[in-house]
Amino acid sequence: MDFLEDFPSMGRGDLRDFKKAVDAGFRGFSREYGEALETFFEPLLFFMVWFEKLLTNTPWPVILVVIGALAWIGSRNWRLTAGSVVAFAVIGYFGMWEDTMATLAIISVATIVCIAVGIPFGILMARSDRAQSVITPVLDVMQTIPSFVYLIPVVMLLGIGKVPGLLAVCIYALPPIVRLTNLGIRLVDAEVMEAAHAFGANYKQRLWGVQVPLALPNIFAGVNQTIMMALAMVVIASMIGVKGLGVPVLRAISNQYLALGLMNGLAIVAVAIIFDRVSQQYGKRLQKHREGGHGV
Amino acid sequence: MVSDIKVSIKNLYKIFGPNPASVLDQAKAGVSKADLLEQHGHVLGLKDVNIDIKARGIQVIMGLSGSGKSTLIRHINRLIEPTAGEIVIDGQDVLAMSDEELLNFRRFKASMVFQKFALLPHRTVADNAAYGLMIQGIEKKEALERSQRWVERVGLAGFENHYPAQLSGGMQQRVGLARALATDAEILLMDEAFSALDPLIRTDMQDVLLDLQSELHKTIIFITHDLDEALRIGDDIAILRDGAVIQQGSPQEIVLNPADDYVADFIQDINRARVLEVRSVMDSKKPRSGAKVESNTIIEDALQAIKDNEGKPLIVTEDGKAVGSVTIEAMIDAIARPEKDGERNPAYR
Repeated sequence: MDFLEDFPSMGRGDLRDFKKAVDAGFRGFSREYGEALETFFEPLLFFMVWFEKLLTNTPWPVILVVIGALAWIGSRNWRLTAGSVVAFAVIGYFGMWEDTMATLAIISVATIVCIAVGIPFGILMARSDRAQSVITPVLDVMQTIPSFVYLIPVVMLLGIGKVPGLLAVCIYALPPIVRLTNLGIRLVDAEVMEAAHAFGANYKQRLWGVQVPLALPNIFAGVNQTIMMALAMVVIASMIGVKGLGVPVLRAISNQYLALGLMNGLAIVAVAIIFDRVSQQYGKRLQKHREGGHGV
Repeated sequence: MVSDIKVSIKNLYKIFGPNPASVLDQAKAGVSKADLLEQHGHVLGLKDVNIDIKARGIQVIMGLSGSGKSTLIRHINRLIEPTAGEIVIDGQDVLAMSDEELLNFRRFKASMVFQKFALLPHRTVADNAAYGLMIQGIEKKEALERSQRWVERVGLAGFENHYPAQLSGGMQQRVGLARALATDAEILLMDEAFSALDPLIRTDMQDVLLDLQSELHKTIIFITHDLDEALRIGDDIAILRDGAVIQQGSPQEIVLNPADDYVADFIQDINRARVLEVRSVMDSKKPRSGAKVESNTIIEDALQAIKDNEGKPLIVTEDGKAVGSVTIEAMIDAIARPEKDGERNPAYR
């Protein structure tokens, strides 16, 4: 009867040894390669520090103007532009300017890293079904594994700081851009691709002349999703030493400061909405050519 | 027209399925399409196709959907790989080309027009027309200059900066035509190029094509399911059924001597007076006097001429020389719809 009531699990001693072995193995790995990895990520750290300093040291009126200009270039919409500037002004008025700039810095760098890594992987997936069948489960794991779980090995390897924070954000925010790049390229009209073949386009000409431009609206939806997911990671990233709006939120949770938590939370929301609307408008403009006009 | 052969398709087979080579011998032995599918799980796409295509003419390949005509045209620039056979163009076997040679063949030698236009939706009319040239590696500025002439030639001047989605179907296909012509390829592959257009626009585009051809003399391979279109523009027609060529010849030959009931059915409802020319129905008697008619006049026009001539036979001329005569009875016999199960040559199935 015991056999049916208690799941026949591995002995407690064996389990402990197993966990110990995994821990020791990884610890050994991080002792061996931790430094090398840190050196590898040094340029990224450099860039992040530089970018954050740039944002925090630039006089706030200049930043407001730049934000307004970017919103205008992205959306061509006066209301959205004015709304963005006002939102940032309010954020600054409530004393969250510096944290917001730090958050902007990590989001921007994370997005750039995700684009640089994600689009090539998406292209690879679109090119080969085998690559797709290998990468898809990896993306599934990246999206579903609780973030706290991968914080452990990341911290073990790289300690606490900006780079592990960035890594954590990227693990979470990378999948949508890879998936949507793959999808966008696979959805490119087979007839247009056939025409490209028929005119003797080689792989590069087909990729950059047909597939990527036609997949751009989807790729851009992926960028938008990546930005949103990166913002969602701000609080968790602050647990491992990333500065920004997440830090006061974390403090508010442990001390039950309602106002502090709410204000910083709303600031994250405001930044998210601005990024989302502006990038969506920009994505829509990319599809301008799809609109019919004459004689359709 | 000089009738040297530009494209020669020899013993071409295409079998679709998991292992085409394994059933090639059965297909060669004459196992039917249905049996091949049922017993071996393979689809016979093309079956022993042999067509010699003349340079500087319009070769129409006609068949209903599923006859393999679109598959066939895609073999010529190897968008589809054959199971067996040869395609020789200017003495070179397309199927033996390396990847590099094939790219250059597609870039410089054969261009294509598609049924659904297949334009690049994110590029303007001008950029689309210049696409083939840019693929050849020509600088954008020069490519646009060279293709501009073709944009104008197909009647799209003023629309250079429109996107394809802003144009009607007929205009989009003009872009497709300009894109194909701009590369200066000697061979033009047209896959049901006008089938997606309204009847009036289709006639319009046929005129555009015939007009261009009278000036350019390209080797055009034109796929269609529309017999009227085939008879109107084809110098030669090959009729395809279930992947096999069942008849080849000039429009005249096909209308006068359909190879089998299938073809006979096809030509049942056409306006024979508009297809047949007097040279196909004349006899060799050469009357001394009478009204004259060129040998390539269609019967519809010749009937009018004979009426103006009070019903007397007409003298048929070729380059001004009399070659025979034609009577009203001969013409009426020729345009009468043949009895379906009549006394046609029993040698045909």
